[in-house]
Amino acid sequence: MSESRGNGKLIRIEVLRYRPEQDEEPFLQGYEVPFTDDMSVLQGLQYIKDWLDGTLSFRWSCRMAICGSCGMMIDGEPRLACKTFLRDFPAGSVRVEALAHFPIERDLVIRMDDFLAKLESIKPWIIPKEERSLAQGEYLQTPAQLDVYEQFSSCINCLLCYAACPQYGLNPDFVGPGIMALLHRYNADSRDGAAPERMEVAGSEAGVFNCTAVGYCSEVCPKHVDPANAVNQNKTRAAGDYFLRLVTPKGGAR
Amino acid sequence: MNTSDSRRPYVRPMAGWWRRNPFFVEYMIHEATALFVAAYALVLLVGVMRLAQGEAAWNGWLEALRSPASVAFHAALLAAISYHCWTWFRIMPRTMPPLFVGGKRVAPALITACGLAAAVVCSLAVLILVWGATR
Ligand code: SF4
Ligand code: FES
Repeated sequence: MSESRGNGKLIRIEVLRYRPEQDEEPFLQGYEVPFTDDMSVLQGLQYIKDWLDGTLSFRWSCRMAICGSCGMMIDGEPRLACKTFLRDFPAGSVRVEALAHFPIERDLVIRMDDFLAKLESIKPWIIPKEERSLAQGEYLQTPAQLDVYEQFSSCINCLLCYAACPQYGLNPDFVGPGIMALLHRYNADSRDGAAPERMEVAGSEAGVFNCTAVGYCSEVCPKHVDPANAVNQNKTRAAGDYFLRLVTPKGGAR
Repeated sequence: MNTSDSRRPYVRPMAGWWRRNPFFVEYMIHEATALFVAAYALVLLVGVMRLAQGEAAWNGWLEALRSPASVAFHAALLAAISYHCWTWFRIMPRTMPPLFVGGKRVAPALITACGLAAAVVCSLAVLILVWGATR
């Protein structure tokens, strides 16, 4: 990375630091970073860690917008650091903070226990409607059946949508946009038969009705999953299940 | 902050959250314009009450509607409710199941446009109806 110092451009990267063993609360620390036009914010942070301050902590892996590890607040917006470029901050400075609405573990690293627990609760795998043996062959699906859920299967668990959701910030029990997108991805799959079980989560106190259709989650999603759509489609379904429950002894999501 | 946890995760406060992002400010304005919808419903409700109280009361209500203050108030109501309507239909594609016409998915912008068109047509229809009835 040191070779890229040459072309004279500098940017000030302000990072919200928090070191639990010594800081009472987070504070901003600025670094002057030389950069070239092809450098992402993630590369800027890597430059800091390699050359200026080895104590800085942040998550990353793929550097190509597919692993979902590098989500952070960049000038106040939830974004992937590897998909955001330093050249796009012409004012010469950029502020980087840990993803909003999550507890800060250290510096830019958030604590995602809550998300992982919710992920487990919705059984994010296909639970076949009817079990087929190997001899019976694969579970077939038409392109039209694929269309129904494909967009929701693009989720990379980056949590940007949670950082965009004030309702999640105000009430962390809310299952939230990303989990609902994944829940919908399996429920809407023609091969799956576990929708009633998952609807228990969607229709619960912590479920879809916490959403007030702010819509920013879908705006920031780097994979065009449209999680707001998953949440709102399931409002209708959860409401339907609720009323079905009243008229049939074992109806709806039971 | 959770002090019972040795990792001492830091929880940031939510106070003033809606001022942090222009998107949230717009959302709050949208939500606030719903109050104007309620205000107009109140105006109409008072009209119904006045009608029940007899001709003099009804005419008084009509007179009050013609005052400059009332006209200005209604202009403000119209602006707020138009904005509410626009933002409401803008979010509509996100709130409904995918719509397929002739095997193709209908674009969000088209859904918004149809909603807005329906609102304009209905408003004009009511306007013409009331105009005709009061001439
Ligand atoms: S829905 Fe989009 S923003 Fe949310 S976790 Fe999945 S990929 Fe990230
Ligand atoms: S490093 Fe994998 S998404 Fe950014």
